[in-house]
Amino acid sequence: MLATPVASRHPASPGAQLLRGLHLDGPLLVLLLAIAGIGFVVLYSAVGGNTALVLRQAVRLSVGLAVFFIVAQIPPRYLRIWTPWIFMLALVLLAAVLVVGVTGGGAQRWLNLGVVRFQPSEIMKLAVPMMVAWFMHERPLPPTLPQIGWLLLLVMVPTLLVARQPDLGTALLVAAAGGLTIILAGLSYRLIAGLAVLCLLCVPLVWNMMLDYQKARILTFLNPESDPLGAGYNIIQSKIAIGSGGVFGKGWLNGTQAHLEFLPERSTDFIFAVTAEEFGLLGLLLLLSLYLALVGRGLYIAVQAQDTFTRLLAGSISLTFFVYVFVNAGMVCGLLPVVGVPLPLVSAGGTSMVTIMASFGILAAVHGHRKLLAP
Amino acid sequence: MARALPLKDPWREQRMFLGRVIVAAVGVVLLCAVLVARLVQLQVFEYQHFADLSQGNRLRIEPLPPTRGLIFDRNGVLLAENLPSWQLEIIPEQVDDIPATLERLELAGLLENAERDRIGQLIRSQRRFEPVTLRSQLTDEEVARFAVRRQHFPGVDIRARLARHYPFGPATAHAVGYVGSISADDLSRIDRSEYAGTSHIGKTGVENSYQELLHGSVGYRTLVVNAQGRELNAALADDAGASDDEASGISQRLPAPGRNVVLSLDIRLQLAALEAMAGRRGAVVAIEPGSGDVLALVSSPSFDANLFAGGFSPSDYQALNSNPDNPLFNRALAGKYPPGSTIKPILGLAALHYATVDPQQNSMCPGFFRLPNSDHRFRDWKPQGHGMMDLHQAIVQSCDVYFYQLAIGLGIDRMHAFLAGFGLGTLTGISIPGEKAGLMPSREWKRSAFRRREDQVWFPGETVITGIGQGFMLVTPISLAHATAAVAVRGLRYRPRLLLADEDSSSGDVREHQPQALEPAVLTDDAYWTQIHEAMVGVTEDLRGSARAAMLGSSRSVAGKTGTAQVFSVAQEAEYDEEEVAERLRDHGLFVAYAPAEDPAIAVAVVVENGGGGSRAAAPVARQVLDVYFKDAG
Repeated sequence: MLATPVASRHPASPGAQLLRGLHLDGPLLVLLLAIAGIGFVVLYSAVGGNTALVLRQAVRLSVGLAVFFIVAQIPPRYLRIWTPWIFMLALVLLAAVLVVGVTGGGAQRWLNLGVVRFQPSEIMKLAVPMMVAWFMHERPLPPTLPQIGWLLLLVMVPTLLVARQPDLGTALLVAAAGGLTIILAGLSYRLIAGLAVLCLLCVPLVWNMMLDYQKARILTFLNPESDPLGAGYNIIQSKIAIGSGGVFGKGWLNGTQAHLEFLPERSTDFIFAVTAEEFGLLGLLLLLSLYLALVGRGLYIAVQAQDTFTRLLAGSISLTFFVYVFVNAGMVCGLLPVVGVPLPLVSAGGTSMVTIMASFGILAAVHGHRKLLAP
Repeated sequence: MARALPLKDPWREQRMFLGRVIVAAVGVVLLCAVLVARLVQLQVFEYQHFADLSQGNRLRIEPLPPTRGLIFDRNGVLLAENLPSWQLEIIPEQVDDIPATLERLELAGLLENAERDRIGQLIRSQRRFEPVTLRSQLTDEEVARFAVRRQHFPGVDIRARLARHYPFGPATAHAVGYVGSISADDLSRIDRSEYAGTSHIGKTGVENSYQELLHGSVGYRTLVVNAQGRELNAALADDAGASDDEASGISQRLPAPGRNVVLSLDIRLQLAALEAMAGRRGAVVAIEPGSGDVLALVSSPSFDANLFAGGFSPSDYQALNSNPDNPLFNRALAGKYPPGSTIKPILGLAALHYATVDPQQNSMCPGFFRLPNSDHRFRDWKPQGHGMMDLHQAIVQSCDVYFYQLAIGLGIDRMHAFLAGFGLGTLTGISIPGEKAGLMPSREWKRSAFRRREDQVWFPGETVITGIGQGFMLVTPISLAHATAAVAVRGLRYRPRLLLADEDSSSGDVREHQPQALEPAVLTDDAYWTQIHEAMVGVTEDLRGSARAAMLGSSRSVAGKTGTAQVFSVAQEAEYDEEEVAERLRDHGLFVAYAPAEDPAIAVAVVVENGGGGSRAAAPVARQVLDVYFKDAG
């Protein structure tokens, strides 16, 4: 062992010592709570003051925080040892969904465990980057060409399984999480460019494999006005909500788009538009700054991490989190096609909350279980 | 570790990783900049535009459902139209507690309890801001009952809509079909936005197969509404700042009404056939041989298709569904019956084609037939026998023994191949849903149809009874009519069709559809057709013809063939007493015909379930249909 563990580099305040003892990262926790707090304010308005729904979200956040807290206590090397098993389990569950899954909304995504129904694809969002980081842990970076082949296989198999459900949005996120990990591992920029070109060439192929409703979404994205009643409706109304918010917003609880029920799915996927309408550009800038700070803190933790596994995992978790934010905001303001990606920590909904809090738990663990050199 | 690992260089790797993270961070900031730029574009530069859209005119997009196309028979008689009616709708998004609301509607007697599952499913599968139809065709009394309680049902309202109506009700139920409420199952198959505002969809028959033609395409308009969601009139909307339509985004697209369709059906024949079948189970199909036009397609008993269009109560449906006579079952397309002797003319053609009989040669009919080295007697319907028979007389008098011999001469595989050439045992391909294939047995079929080895062997006795259309062989009324039409026009075959033309309901542009020819049945000598045609005319005109009584005095010369299909088999040597046989075990009566014999314009197949013999039960039904068909022609 090169380093000997030491409690802290400097004498710290009792609060900081408590956090350190619980392996929690102060900035991370503060930012998470700040964003979730904004989320409650917006959600309260989006559901029209329905306190029962807000309470339900509070319960979800509490569960999320508990998960965050528990995961933070696990030393990352255990996580690393479990990784192949977690990955295999997630693969098996994913295959099980295709065979015996519960169909909801035209797609088989859910596995019914009697007590709870859950989506194994959610686990994959974490299991794939973990597996990639595990694979590269003892190997020197950057990966060699055959290793890259294996890594791509590790990412593509779960991605395709999720895409088969069919859940294109989650499949893209799983692929993004895995892909970002590989890029962080040092995949050469020339190869990245090559793969990007390859992806572009695959577009017609993917188009043919897509289901009608998925095609419709893409076409509607390109021209929402072509279908104002159907798929284009959401995006038209959401743009009106954002644009009419202006710089300062219409004020809390005063968003006409949201309250007159023009804006569909306003408490879930389109909650960003409610924020935009009621708090304007300034409100969004505040929210985006918090998200950026969170991503920045995550990347800082990644840089500070002490081995390949934690480094890659922390970096990938931070960047994937940003991808969620960007994809959701981008779709709501018409930059990207509509895919069912919630705004992390703000949208109502339980499944993604747990995954996100678990991933931040990992970040906290990576930071909190570092071996610090004596000064 | 067994493998020799290349050395890791922690410092180099950390530097590389730092470089990657910096690049990623720059990427994150750049993407954020794009996002902010987009937000600035929407919220600063286009603020006025969107503020107008949202504030001055609160827009609501309302679908304008298209009017469903009308359905006419070949003479222009209206078979399906749209009548105004009241329907009860719910907008799920505006209702706090949907189950409680539904329950209160039940208490008010406006909804049946058994409907709740279906409605719940419908509500869940639809977008929450779109109205869901709870019931259609409310009576005036029900409308009044709801009106006084309206304030207790926020989010529920009554709307005037057009509802489908079938003036001839039961007479067209199986051919034209009906529309019904869009089910969750339908929703998964259709483009939902095309059906915004539409509550009904074609479920069966023509309504189903030409759904796309009949439906049209949806339109929409954007409404200016006040804060309560009520529509503002144009003047108020102007005051609110919606002066310029272009800028305010007010727009509308009128729906394109569905196309009217003209069917090949003749409603007079439909009515005559249903009336002739009154009180009996069975089917009548009439086809124009030269085109495949289906002139009549009736399954008896029938039901009133208006029940479905009106969204009838589950208890009504239960009654219909549990009726032992099964009126919902389309016997004309899906009923499978042994063809009995109606198959004899075609088997006669087969024997001539393969030259296995000499039509001039007589053979003896003693009233039964025995295979060599067997004691089993295959009985003729006439116990004392027909005496000396040639092919012509064997068809005219429907001699079974002659055809037992003929079948042995042909063998099952040649029979199979020849009958399949007339579309028997396969689907005719009629364009409306629900057709089932009959069964033309063969050695190969038997090998694959049975599991046990000893059942897979084809026995000569099975060939014998196939000669009189018994045994494994099954036909549907539509395929029997199709084969008869092919016989009438010397082997020419057309896919049975119902759609003659469709018409743009506003411009009146007509698009005609051409008959679709199928692979014709070709004989080694064309003269064989004439021989069989003459025999079929003999069936109705010869003194001993089995359908003479039924066709006596017909204005046209009719070529036909009776058939009687055993539902259960009579034990050897037992006497067959119709009186004693329970009604459900009585023979099916069948009859096929075409007329005029010299220039066929119509071919008919009639099946009367448990009607007894074909000449007594089925031929008179065909006669009534033919009389109506030729009445106007004089």
